[in-house]
Amino acid sequence: MDLFKLFGKNDSSKDIAKERLKLVLIHDRANVSPQFLEMIKSEIIGVISDYMEIDEKGLEITLTRTRRDYDNSTVPALVANIPIKRMKDNGKI
Amino acid sequence: MGEVIVVTSGKGGVGKTTTTANIGTGLSLKGKSVVLVDADIGLRNLDVVMGLENRIVYDLVDVVEGSCRLRQALIKDKRFANLYLLPAAQTKDKNAVNPEQMQKLTSDLAEEFDYVMVDCPAGIEQGFKNAIAGASRAVVVTTPEVSAVRDADRIIGLLEASGLRNPQLVINRIKIDMVKRGDMMNIDDMIDILAIDLLGVVPDDDMIVVSTNRGEPAIANEASLAGQAYRNIVRRIMGEDVPFMNLESDEGFLTRLVKMFGFTKRR
Repeated sequence: MDLFKLFGKNDSSKDIAKERLKLVLIHDRANVSPQFLEMIKSEIIGVISDYMEIDEKGLEITLTRTRRDYDNSTVPALVANIPIKRMKDNGKI
Repeated sequence: MGEVIVVTSGKGGVGKTTTTANIGTGLSLKGKSVVLVDADIGLRNLDVVMGLENRIVYDLVDVVEGSCRLRQALIKDKRFANLYLLPAAQTKDKNAVNPEQMQKLTSDLAEEFDYVMVDCPAGIEQGFKNAIAGASRAVVVTTPEVSAVRDADRIIGLLEASGLRNPQLVINRIKIDMVKRGDMMNIDDMIDILAIDLLGVVPDDDMIVVSTNRGEPAIANEASLAGQAYRNIVRRIMGEDVPFMNLESDEGFLTRLVKMFGFTKRR
């Protein structure tokens, strides 16, 4: 999340409004709690860690909306941003 | 066969009725035949905003219940060619009508008019379900406030779940000086959050209050900034490509304002 921005130079009230909205809409859109997202996050970490070393602190997982390619309509999307530190040996061919 | 467009928002007081009245009037000024349908049963207001409150004989519920013919309930706006209002009932509630009846009503109207504009009540209950039942297109009105944007997001989800894909957004009452100071969300912020197509941006304009006091839609007023914004919206509804301006660009404030509302053409 861009929470750090709140304390950086983007401290205008509209940026605060935008960040607060983004957070509250995560719940609204899928009716899921932050705990639920944490569960998904830890399971994703579990699966991926077998193949690569990831930056767990830098991992971001959010619910958002996106355009579907074939009809351009908006659909909910789970977006995961997972920084990789390095591949593990068993992940190589 | 005309188009049925519902104007909705979730939150109350963001300008659904004003938007419905102005878009409807604008379409009629463009030579289209238009009927405005007030779906806010029990809390009707489209009649006063349009200045037609003294001419109501029958209402939407009378039509649905078969107490009168559809034609008898339609009020012709004498100031504009081919503009009619179907008022809501004031002494009934939202449950006096069901979605099937609204679907039948709007499809009957769409056979006679180019555009059927449905003014949806606030909320997500029966009144909302009734208002969207016959619509093929949806306009979501919001203001640049967290509460209105949150409710708009919920409404967009509900519209899409009901098969009304690709609703279009009207951002109402934007204050350009506050946006410039960074104290109000700008157009990009809101599109980024809501992820839907933008239909138009209506600046906060005292003329709206004045024109509502008089019962004369602001779109007919050439001097009104909001009226110009509504005229652009009407052209977009009719399929014209009218460009938007980015408020955050580095151009001079006045240049942006002038371009944003399309004033350049009038010089």
